[in-house]
Amino acid sequence: MTHAISATGLTKAFGRSRALDGLDLTVATGEVHGLLGPNGAGKSTTIRVLLGLLRADAGQVQVLGGDPWRDAVALHRRLAYVPGDVNLWPNLTGGEAVDLFGDLRGGLDPARRKELEERFQLDPTKRCRTYSKGNRQKVALVAAFSSDVELFILDEPTSGLDPLMEAAFQQTVREVTAKGATVLLSSHIFSEVEALCSRVSIIREGVTVESGTLSELRHLTRTTITVEAGEPLTGLDGLPGVHDLEADTTRARFDVDATALPAVLAHLATFDVRALTSQPPTLEELFMRHYGKEPAPAEVSR
Amino acid sequence: MSAYAGTGRLVRLAARRDRIQLPIWILASAAMMSAGTSAVASEFPTEESRITALQGAGSSPAVLVMRGVPVGSDLGALVNFRNLASILVVVALMSTFAVVRHTRQNEENGRAELIGAGAVGRHAPLTAALVLVFAANVLFGAAMTGTILAGGLAAEGALAFGAACTVTGLAFAGIAGIAAQLFQGARAANGFAASAVGVFYLIRGIGDALGERSADGLTVTPSWLSWLSPLGWGALVRPYGQERWWALALPLALFAVCVAVAFALVDRRDLGAGLIPDRPGPAHASRGLRSPLGLAWRLNKGSTIGWVVGGAVFGLGIGSLGKTVKDALGTNAGVVEMMEGLAGGGGPDLVSIFFAAMMNTYGALAAGFVIQALLRLRSEEVGGTAEAVLSTAVGRVRWVGAHVACAVVGAAVMLALAGAFTGLADAASGGDVGVLTLAGAGLAQLPAALVVAGVVVLAFGGLPRLVVGAAWGMLVLSIACGLLGDLFGLPQIVRDLSPFTHVPAIPAVDLSATPLLALTAVAVALTAAGMALFRRRDLAT
Ligand SMILES: Nc1ncnc2c1ncn2[C@@H]1O[C@H](COP(=O)(O)OP(=O)(O)OP(=O)(O)O)[C@@H](O)[C@H]1O
Ligand SMILES: [Mg+2]
Repeated sequence: MTHAISATGLTKAFGRSRALDGLDLTVATGEVHGLLGPNGAGKSTTIRVLLGLLRADAGQVQVLGGDPWRDAVALHRRLAYVPGDVNLWPNLTGGEAVDLFGDLRGGLDPARRKELEERFQLDPTKRCRTYSKGNRQKVALVAAFSSDVELFILDEPTSGLDPLMEAAFQQTVREVTAKGATVLLSSHIFSEVEALCSRVSIIREGVTVESGTLSELRHLTRTTITVEAGEPLTGLDGLPGVHDLEADTTRARFDVDATALPAVLAHLATFDVRALTSQPPTLEELFMRHYGKEPAPAEVSR
Repeated sequence: MSAYAGTGRLVRLAARRDRIQLPIWILASAAMMSAGTSAVASEFPTEESRITALQGAGSSPAVLVMRGVPVGSDLGALVNFRNLASILVVVALMSTFAVVRHTRQNEENGRAELIGAGAVGRHAPLTAALVLVFAANVLFGAAMTGTILAGGLAAEGALAFGAACTVTGLAFAGIAGIAAQLFQGARAANGFAASAVGVFYLIRGIGDALGERSADGLTVTPSWLSWLSPLGWGALVRPYGQERWWALALPLALFAVCVAVAFALVDRRDLGAGLIPDRPGPAHASRGLRSPLGLAWRLNKGSTIGWVVGGAVFGLGIGSLGKTVKDALGTNAGVVEMMEGLAGGGGPDLVSIFFAAMMNTYGALAAGFVIQALLRLRSEEVGGTAEAVLSTAVGRVRWVGAHVACAVVGAAVMLALAGAFTGLADAASGGDVGVLTLAGAGLAQLPAALVVAGVVVLAFGGLPRLVVGAAWGMLVLSIACGLLGDLFGLPQIVRDLSPFTHVPAIPAVDLSATPLLALTAVAVALTAAGMALFRRRDLAT
């Protein structure tokens, strides 16, 4: 499998503060890759490096097989970018901005543009200065998705959209990936990432702390099990990998490490089990684990 | 919540934001003033030398346009004559930019919305801006008075000089307050208020040039036209020339009226909007817009048309003075000699010499236009739209090049038209210098303006965060060293630093291509260096 984006050991400092501190990111061609991380983690900085708007201090980076700093113009013909803060010219109308971005990128498909305008309910005759944040984002989204490009780089593209528009966005992403495009999606909306992304990278303080498919990531954390049996359940509290056990005689609820799951299931099989539910961790739980409790490696080393 | 709630907090915030910028305006003006004061004292130590200088200068309309009117022959009067007109422009610009910065520009950046949410009254932002600018003007006036006193001159005149600066600054703060409510962008508001400074300078200049000379040639009484210009009022206070104190009331009254109107406008419009409502626009971009060049032109169109029209009006004003010059000077042999010296050689008629001297002013105007057009590069970068464009298939050089092209073409059209309209007005009043000749003379200033453009691009590439100061500073220095170099008595080597010094004084002398080509080459080199630096750096906000 080829890589649409591969970056290793990216560092970028702004004065004395390090925005990126050895970040790695690999995005395979054709996948929707989620980029997660708390505020200030370095997501937008990473994306600007990928676009050749910033030059990394160190590290290797390749986008669509080229160097984003050196080959910026040629690469930009093949990708579309939606920034987190969409800034437009106050005197242009939304429609003018859509056409302009399309043409600067190398042309857009008018039929597709019309379809997306309707889907996102964008009024293209309004001046950009009168648009709300969400409407400015729609302008950028319509412009980006009307172009026939290989790679979409989206930096929190839906942070201002209402739930209906969120659904329209997800539908649009599915359409472009069905045609083989690659998407890098930075987002704070878990449901969106869970619905769209085949792989995610979690970054924190400029380093990648976790990267993989959602199931791989789930593997690294605990599953919640609820069990009900026809006889008293015993011996659970002694098993390795079992946490936060709440039990009365025939019912139990506990978390179990993914690695300990087979042993625990084997143990449960010795009882007369009547009902069992297992709940994989939500992305949010995964995320909280990485954001919240444990200090990031960078902090430890400081 | 009262309409003025939170004003105090906003004043502190604004003062903090301006803690470097406003002191620089004030200190630089004080330094200019200090140099101007001591230069007068050392160059014209005797009454006799001053009388000779005044009799020459007072009879030259070009000098009256640029410097204002002389009010007497003592040392203080000469300090006034040499400095007041330009210092008043500086204080007017300082106040204008500061008011727009703390009102309209805050709104554009969304800062005002944040402030507004934090329990701040509707009138608070404008009030805070005016309070800050009021304080800055008082300090400005005090600094001028102090500087003159330090030069050992009488207190009464020093006080009048400082007060004239303060009230003139306030008048323009009021004008800017209205502009900030009427226009939808900070740049448009700044552009309007700065054009007001230019137009009032011109009115004052023409009014002074049409003024009446006293029999001894030591004073000139401005014509009624000068009374129509707020920039003229400061001079009508006449520091060191039997001070006319009540004239201080004129700018103050204008300030009061403007502030009242501005607050009435605040009550009438929504945050972020202008007074003129938006109508739906085209749903599709026209063919002309769909390229970096088309975009740059669209963004610059409004202000370019404004500057071109302004240049043409300025040309009409200057051109209409041709006949006056002829009448005033034709009889005075000493002055003829002096003017010929100024134009670098004898022979041509006086009107040509006058127009040649004015062409440098057109060049400075064109440089001002070019600077404000190219500073858009920086405002697009800070505003995030540069990021949007540069993440498409538009290279950095192409993007900068599009803006440079718009600035250059705009400046060329402006200069040619300003020159042509000078010729038209001259012909209308019976002159015969020629429309084409003067259009060419205006155009000959273009290479000097291009050098200024080159410096802006270089600073944008190399020192983006300082580019605004560097650009306007360059213009002020070029004007001080070049246009006013001989009035200030600067040594030739300093005057040579200004691009305007190298432009041949057409129509008084023949066109010579070498200096123009050399200036163009310097401009191209500076621009190329700036582009190369920009290609190498991060986009920075
Ligand atoms: N131009 C800049 N100058 C100085 N510091 C910067 C600049 N851009 C980013 N930073 C810093 O780099 C760090 C990473 O910022 P970045 O914008 O990449 O975060 P992010 O992950 O996108 O956050 P968010 O979720 O809030 O969008 C932050 O600490 C930020 O303050
Ligand atoms: Mg971000």
